[in-house]
Amino acid sequence: MDWLWQGIGEQATAACLVVQGGLLDIFGDGGSIVPAFCRLMGGAWLTMKLTIVSLLIGFGLAVPIALARLSQNPFINWPFLAYTFYFRGTPLLVQLFLIYYGSGQFRPELQEIGLWRGGFRDAYFCALFTLTLNTAAYTAEILRGGMLGVPSGEVEAARAYGMSGTMLYRRIIFPKAMRIALPAYSNEVVFLFQSTSLVSLVTLLDLMGVATDVIADTFRHFETLIFAGFVYLLLSGMIFAVFKRVERRLMRHLRRSGDEDVKKAPLPRGVPGSTRA
Amino acid sequence: MFDYQGYGWVFFDGLQITLAVGLASLPVALVLGLVGAWGKLSKNVVLRNLAGAYTTVVRGVPELVLITLVYYGFTIILQDLASSITGEREQIDLNPFVTGTIALGSIYGAFATEVFRGAFLAVDRGQIEAARAYGMGSVLAFRRVILPQMWRFALPGLGNLWLVLLKATALVSVIQLPELMRMTSIGVGATREPFTFYFTASLIYLGITAASLLVIRSAEKQASRGVARRL
Repeated sequence: MDWLWQGIGEQATAACLVVQGGLLDIFGDGGSIVPAFCRLMGGAWLTMKLTIVSLLIGFGLAVPIALARLSQNPFINWPFLAYTFYFRGTPLLVQLFLIYYGSGQFRPELQEIGLWRGGFRDAYFCALFTLTLNTAAYTAEILRGGMLGVPSGEVEAARAYGMSGTMLYRRIIFPKAMRIALPAYSNEVVFLFQSTSLVSLVTLLDLMGVATDVIADTFRHFETLIFAGFVYLLLSGMIFAVFKRVERRLMRHLRRSGDEDVKKAPLPRGVPGSTRA
Repeated sequence: MFDYQGYGWVFFDGLQITLAVGLASLPVALVLGLVGAWGKLSKNVVLRNLAGAYTTVVRGVPELVLITLVYYGFTIILQDLASSITGEREQIDLNPFVTGTIALGSIYGAFATEVFRGAFLAVDRGQIEAARAYGMGSVLAFRRVILPQMWRFALPGLGNLWLVLLKATALVSVIQLPELMRMTSIGVGATREPFTFYFTASLIYLGITAASLLVIRSAEKQASRGVARRL
């Protein structure tokens, strides 16, 4: 996978070198070899990478966890209840420090099983590990809610058709649960994207980390932070827009043909009492 | 394993500041939320766009960036202001508690705006019309009829808001406020036992979350006691 990231990264750097020409005289601090704009874009790249990788792994973990949470067996249910409660009930910053700094307390043990070098010693690994565990907990709860929201009539109908087990989940429960869970999941994606800014506090040079560095070099608190905030805002907006499209596509069976006003002005979701869900 | 080597007090000191900054920024967020919801629902285009920009920006930018921005931004603005008044270079150090409260309050005010807006829209139109028919003005109708009913719809969202706000107080440690996270780091520095200390801190946060959940549950029950239960 690394060659792919690197390739895209190089392309992005080349593109931003072109863009920065006139745009960022403010940031072109003469002394620095790599101008601040390019450094910030490099940071944004790490932010995106952390978000995407932890979301993918986190989602993969969340599906079995959500299923386990739906189990009637307390021995299966409770450990995952404890896991989701812990990761949803404590600040991400504590989780990050617990894993990054806390692992140092078990250094000899971790070295013995080979998880220290290239593992918990590495800030990138720790950040990815924490973000993955965190988003897996939130996603599992969202998916669980989605699965509980599948109307029992649909499940009964599927059973009447002779579906059971895997087929029932694959054909009926998962697709319906995804539709129900999608608005909440898109929020989670944006929240996770923004939460990655915390990794700057464990020495990683993501967008916020680079911004802190640039501030240390140039003492331009305002410009740098506002610029970083603007990039975050832009990317958050893009994520929201993508999910809006996906949502519209998944919900197209609920839209009447020629129902233009639904497309133009969808009611805000989750407003209690609104008739159009 | 849980030997704090005489540094157990850091948790007690930190917890007090964490709760204080959380409880202080909650009313700020609620007031901003009510103002923001009023702006978003107003007929005035300027007000509506202003409130819209406020919620969009705050929800699109990470808390960490906003907290740092408010901290440095306020300091620099006040310094420039003071310098221009006195004509000399003034050095101002802002109180991190006040800045942290303002930052958290204004961030979560945007979330409260959405909560209140949804709650206002959830109140039956007929209730407002009936209040107007009784001759109440818009302020009186809001205070007597809308607010008490809005409250019930807003509670679940506000409970959620408090839980998120509480966890966000950990971020205020970056502007040197000695809350739970920062005090824990001090304990770590002194004892070199990071896991023990950070794990304890996480359990304290978990405890506050659990206690808050209980309070929120009973508040929700209390708020909807006048509502007929559907079968």
